[in-house]
Amino acid sequence: MTGMSGGGERVLALLPELLLLLGAVGGLLLGLWTPQHRQWRVRLLVTAACLASAIAAAVALSEPAERVFEGTWVVDTTTGVVRIVVALGVTVLVWLASASLAGHPRETEAYVLMLLGGLGSIALAASGDLLLLVAAYLLASVPLYALAGFAKDPAGVEATMKYYLMGAFVGVLMLVGVAALVLAAGTTGYPDLAAQLPEASPALLAVGVLGVLAGVAFKAGAVPVHFWVPDVTAGTTPPMAAYITTIPKIGAVAAAFRLLAEPFADVPLDVPLLVAVIAAASMTLGNLAAFNQTDVLRLLAYSTVSQVGYLFMVVAVAARTDLAVPALAIYLAGYAVTNIGAFAAVAAVPVARTITDWATAVGRHRWLVVSLVVCLLGLVGTPPTAVFVGKLAVFAAAWDGGLAWLVVVAAINTVASLFYYLRWIAPAATGVAASESTTAAARGTGPGTSAGTVQRVVLEPVVVLHTAAVASLLLGIWSGVWLAVLLPG
Amino acid sequence: MLLTVVIFLPLLAAGVLLAVPRVPGRAAIGVWVAASAVDLALVGWMWWGFEPGEGASGVVDGLAYEADLQWIPTVDAGYHVGVDGLSLPLLALTGVLFLACAIYSLREPDRPHTYAALFLFLQTACMGTFASLDLILFFVFFDLSIVGMYFVIAGWGHGNARRSALKFFLYTFIGSLALLVGFIGLFLGSEERTFDMVALAANPPLADSPVAGGLVLLAIGLGLAVKTPLFPFHTWLPDAHTDAPAAGSAVLAGILLKLGTYGFVRIAMPILPDAWQRWAMVAAVVGVISVLWGAFVALAQTDVKRMIAYTSVNHMGYVLLGLGAAGLVASADEGARTVATVGAMYQMVSHGLLTGALFLLSGVLWSRGRTYAFDRWGGLARPAPVFAACFAVAAFGSLGLPGFSGFIAEFQVFTGALQAAPVATVIAVVGILVTAGLFLLALQRLFTGDTVVPSETDPDKPAEGPRPDRADGTTATAVQPRTATRMQDLRGHEVASVVPLLVLALVLGLLPRALLDVLEPAAMAVVELVGR
Repeated sequence: MTGMSGGGERVLALLPELLLLLGAVGGLLLGLWTPQHRQWRVRLLVTAACLASAIAAAVALSEPAERVFEGTWVVDTTTGVVRIVVALGVTVLVWLASASLAGHPRETEAYVLMLLGGLGSIALAASGDLLLLVAAYLLASVPLYALAGFAKDPAGVEATMKYYLMGAFVGVLMLVGVAALVLAAGTTGYPDLAAQLPEASPALLAVGVLGVLAGVAFKAGAVPVHFWVPDVTAGTTPPMAAYITTIPKIGAVAAAFRLLAEPFADVPLDVPLLVAVIAAASMTLGNLAAFNQTDVLRLLAYSTVSQVGYLFMVVAVAARTDLAVPALAIYLAGYAVTNIGAFAAVAAVPVARTITDWATAVGRHRWLVVSLVVCLLGLVGTPPTAVFVGKLAVFAAAWDGGLAWLVVVAAINTVASLFYYLRWIAPAATGVAASESTTAAARGTGPGTSAGTVQRVVLEPVVVLHTAAVASLLLGIWSGVWLAVLLPG
Repeated sequence: MLLTVVIFLPLLAAGVLLAVPRVPGRAAIGVWVAASAVDLALVGWMWWGFEPGEGASGVVDGLAYEADLQWIPTVDAGYHVGVDGLSLPLLALTGVLFLACAIYSLREPDRPHTYAALFLFLQTACMGTFASLDLILFFVFFDLSIVGMYFVIAGWGHGNARRSALKFFLYTFIGSLALLVGFIGLFLGSEERTFDMVALAANPPLADSPVAGGLVLLAIGLGLAVKTPLFPFHTWLPDAHTDAPAAGSAVLAGILLKLGTYGFVRIAMPILPDAWQRWAMVAAVVGVISVLWGAFVALAQTDVKRMIAYTSVNHMGYVLLGLGAAGLVASADEGARTVATVGAMYQMVSHGLLTGALFLLSGVLWSRGRTYAFDRWGGLARPAPVFAACFAVAAFGSLGLPGFSGFIAEFQVFTGALQAAPVATVIAVVGILVTAGLFLLALQRLFTGDTVVPSETDPDKPAEGPRPDRADGTTATAVQPRTATRMQDLRGHEVASVVPLLVLALVLGLLPRALLDVLEPAAMAVVELVGR
């Protein structure tokens, strides 16, 4: 990945990725020589690396799009969005996880794995070459297997097994797909593929397209390779669930977007229709499955499946409309912020797993409920949150790309999704309302609250939840600024 | 800038209320009253400085207090607000009705902070919807009004409040998404790719594609019809109204329903003139069906609040009849169409005032006896003369008695629509008769005869006296020979909230020019735009 292929290449074009890698390696080394109770140093180092990477990525946005290292690594707006969102997302998630990881024997390892997974996600988004895409798939998968089972409890181990087996299986499918495409076109670079594939044999092409899309759909958690999502989400700890349902999805959706925009743009198969069907199936099945969930993590897991459906709408029209890139940019950012916020709400009350438990546990923390309502209604797409602007842009792009039927399906699904989010909102909001008058002793939310007597609310996730709620609103209201940063000129 | 202050002042007050939880409950409601009063004063100031203009003016020109900021540049959506003859009366109505609700809720015992904050939030949403000149901004405020209302019903309603709130949210959310889909259609169909209402009305999209235009109008019409509500999309309304708190019902009927009808005048008609002309007859017919359906179903109700809720369906039907007639370009001259449009707009304001008052008054019944059932009340004129007088005035105003605003409105709707759709109009007049009958019947049941008040079945307070409650509920009433002590007449804050609404309805009925001067130029502009 580093500059082996030519000393003349612009190594600095990969500065954001290098900073992440540096953070990972440095964090590992620092962790080796740090006593267990001082491992927060690693957290600080990792945070610094992520922030530096995000800043470097933001600076790089103003430069024109380019392909470096023999065209394998694409640096453009989409990559830039993913770089910034992933770097900031990992930062937030590291702090979200710190509540449950602090003092853990393998605390450093967790942070380092989170950084590496983020790097894999960026690599997925940036690949301009099928072989790099496979490598990125592995980099975005292997650290996550370890993270999913980090707690080493039965549920976590089972989740990891399922995740790993399914990941390995889909990985093989993806390799078959890549092999078929190489056979068809004789090359792996996207620009060459775009030129060669239209003349290739349709059967080979179909195998290739299906295999490669299966790989990215698995990472994104889209139907029909979504079966791991609820089990892994519910089996692992809430912060890790937030990580697994946010970070790799961002990279995978961006990778799918690039595939549709470049190599698959002119193939004789109707790939956009295939992706549109995947999108429709994801949002519908995700919503239907979420209807009866009482476990908050499983509910959120299915909600992420349906969210991927909306994201794949814009993937389907990647090559067809100018509205697609800004739509992807705003929806990815909005989804990351809002989804992390919703999982932070779960992490804030680690013992509460069902909706009722959660509502009872936060009974006295009125602002927690307000922020949860903002995040959940944000996931529905209620204005003026970020996901609303994203949905608006995605709907407009999909319709402009000739998929008006998909817009109608998505609109109906949005209404359906409201139902299960309200199943969580209603008891939380009215439960809080009932007990508000008796709030004689609204204690602090810190971990110092007498543990054991009541279900305690953990500080870091609460901060993350409030931040996410505010960020979701601000990103919605100032989405013009965000887009201006991403798409200068 | 002034308009922005008007829109966001209530939200600011709500934020202050939530951020400072130590304020006592009464003071919180005091803040609400003060914020609403200041907001109304500002609207009054805007009205004072507003020049209605000569001839047709509004919608695309003659906009006052405009502000235009970019929001989402890639799809050209912005914060574009402004005021013309269509929106100013409704902004004023919003101000008046929210102030009335604030005064009515002065003694709200249940979590007054959050209650006041929610209503202030709702006020911002409603003001914003009426002031929006951008489709997305309109949608944002439109949706927020649904969210706010959901929490009002779910948190402060009675009966099966959570279920009704859910039904309300899901139903109107379907409508709002249909609206969003329609807006995206307008955006993609327009030449310059914009969500700006003024630009779209000036250069209507989809003019040369009748099928696409019709489908987009269908989506928008569906969204607005759910909100209005029109037959057959009205079924959320009675439940939501019955279980909502009184102030919530007043706002829901008085303001939120107007968001739907206002959308027709502001968006559907000027931006899709071709499609509106083509399908105007459908609008008129749906209006007439709503008139009759609302009236007859209201007649059959045994519950005061449900009855009033169904009369809303009836009254909104007149609005649609007027607006439909305004689109029948081929069969009516411009004068008649303008009269119909003015009548429809007048009806919106009039209905807001009168139905708002009626819902607040029915809330008095609930606060005294925890029931709205007709057969649990009777002969209230004796123990509660002021209540009876107010209810009678509101009912007579609502049935369209000359001298009240409702008469001016309905008279103009019928006059304007008669030429374009004679059959529909004649059928709709039947609705007036039925509403007259049902309101008289309601007055008779509630106020005449022996005094009947509900026996104490409130779980909060144990039943007083040895009176047994019968199992079937309907006969669990007690005829009290002496003047009931429990039916207390209107209290000071209730009078102060209801009477101004009735006085305004009377003033608008006797001196309609004050409002017509503002409405007419804008209505002419709408008719001209539809007639393109």
